Amino acid sequence: MTEAAYNFAYLDEQTKRMIRRAILKGVAVPGYQVPFASREMPMPYGWGTGGVQVTAACLVPEDRLKVIDQGADDTTNAVSIRKFFERTAGVETTTSTAEATIIQTRHRIPEEPLTEAQILVYQVPIPEPMRFLEPRETETRKMHELEEYGLMHVKLYEDIARHGEIATSYAYPVKAAGRYVMDPSPIPKFDNPKLGQNAALQLFGAGREQRIYALPPYTDAVSLDFDDHPFVASKAMHACDLCGSDTSYLDEVITDDQGSRMFVCSDTDFCAGRRAQGHYGRLGAPETESTP
Amino acid sequence: MYVAVKGGERAIDNAHAWLAEARRGDPGVAELSVAQIREQLALAVNRVMAEGSLYDPDLAALAIKQSRGDLIEAVFLIRAYRTTLPRFASSVPVETGRMAISRRISATFKDLPGGQVLGPTFDYTHRLLDFALAAEGEPPVAPRLQAEPAQVAHVTGFLNRDGLIEATPQGDATPPDLTREPLELPATRPLRLQALTRGDEGFVLGLAYSTQRGYGRTHAFVGELRIGAVAVEMEIPELGFAIEIAEIELSECETVNQFKGSKTEPAQFTRGYGLVFGQSERKAISMSLVDRALRWKELGEDFVGAPAQDEEFVLSHADNVQATGFLEHIKLPHYVDFQAELEMIRRLRAATAETLKEAAE
Repeated sequence: MTEAAYNFAYLDEQTKRMIRRAILKGVAVPGYQVPFASREMPMPYGWGTGGVQVTAACLVPEDRLKVIDQGADDTTNAVSIRKFFERTAGVETTTSTAEATIIQTRHRIPEEPLTEAQILVYQVPIPEPMRFLEPRETETRKMHELEEYGLMHVKLYEDIARHGEIATSYAYPVKAAGRYVMDPSPIPKFDNPKLGQNAALQLFGAGREQRIYALPPYTDAVSLDFDDHPFVASKAMHACDLCGSDTSYLDEVITDDQGSRMFVCSDTDFCAGRRAQGHYGRLGAPETESTP
Repeated sequence: MYVAVKGGERAIDNAHAWLAEARRGDPGVAELSVAQIREQLALAVNRVMAEGSLYDPDLAALAIKQSRGDLIEAVFLIRAYRTTLPRFASSVPVETGRMAISRRISATFKDLPGGQVLGPTFDYTHRLLDFALAAEGEPPVAPRLQAEPAQVAHVTGFLNRDGLIEATPQGDATPPDLTREPLELPATRPLRLQALTRGDEGFVLGLAYSTQRGYGRTHAFVGELRIGAVAVEMEIPELGFAIEIAEIELSECETVNQFKGSKTEPAQFTRGYGLVFGQSERKAISMSLVDRALRWKELGEDFVGAPAQDEEFVLSHADNVQATGFLEHIKLPHYVDFQAELEMIRRLRAATAETLKEAAE
């Protein structure tokens, strides 16, 4: 079987049309989970099949695609998905956030602000924000219909009662456009403030769970909280050891077996960009040394 | 000195090359051909066709070879290929009453029209390792008898004639297709049957077994199990009649289960149904037990909270391609989320330490 046997961006046009319809419905009703007939993709469920299908349905030959996983362009799964679209769509790819027209992401929103000309596609494992409170889809759909979100607030309240604060650090639920409570995918809550009023179109694809939802540009997405326990976006209290940024989200890297550790930007493009501009952190190595 | 983790691309390429070598194994040992797998591992091929929802023994054998014998991986390869295939048309429903039978047994009648045909079964073999197979050589030729082309009627039909068993619901509606539409709950019985027939054999077997052990008991008898070849026919609009386009092997199981009925309605046996590609009788029997357990509402039974009665639970978890994907994805990097958890747990521990200190003072 040669590549020529597959359509542009792998999926056949009928399937793309079905997915585009679901996307349009999602855009029309922000945060509402639209069921769609997810296809088996040539990568496993859980590896981003929802995101890949949404990206495939959005791609045109002129697009420039960026794929990140954990904020990084060079993690194995990001490499694998980028290669998949290079092979099946032949589109240009990039690691630069600014140059990309479509960015498929797993678990992060890029540090650099997005523009109206960009689409951010999220890979979503469990689209239902209340799934771990109520395992039944038939029940949670009813709760969304009735805008009955008491269960979620009770959960957040119980966190405060037990831990003194809301103990959800990623996949922190938001309310989209004042109506649907939505799971932003497992991004750290540090990224939550970038969800609302974002200039870019944000699309969420859950392949195994057969759901697509969306946040259109400049739409409110408010992290759930209480008046006396407001939402706080948190990150490690450090600066990046490579580029010195004290505003970016950091990964902790264990550097030896004596407990030494360092902190580096999870967004590799952002970090490399800063270093190229001459910013260095505590262990600020010249750029040449950090790229083998 | 820390260097940013790069080289994912090279690592992937090298891993694939290693995988290809490992798949081949010792090159001093002759390579398996796809035809050998198709002919000699036929039951594995059947399982891959059934759960892959694609009747093609050659492709299934190829998938088994490519997946190093990991059948769930082979099912996945078949599914990912199947989804790219165009759909020309639908066949007319296959007629299992006209099956060319290779095996047909009933546990409810000692003898019956059409007879009991054991066929190629493991049932009465002694499970002793046959060391002769380790050496090469041809098996003895099985005795032969000219098959009677007679149509073999279904056992449940005999019961139906006396009204002892519920009638099968008939309808002309096109059944839903969960490979083309998202699964929506509650599901209809045709949709449930589709999900079960492509569901994981182990999962469906476990559920069926649980009903036998009292978790949603249905008192099932195997009314009939039949395996054989059926013709697949398709209506050609230009011709105005159906022509045979293929012949496929199917396993069909119909269970006869305990009754429903009341003072006013006479008691009747009820049915469970299983239909699976290939010779897959364990799966067909399992499927019919689970089908019957899922029908509790329609038959006015109580929901006793058994997993096999719970449609949403069964249908959401029966697909092994979905299950294995999601299960195995937790080995993908999660360090961003884990970092968020690290920050949180450190903050919570610091706050607790503070409180304890204050309490001590």
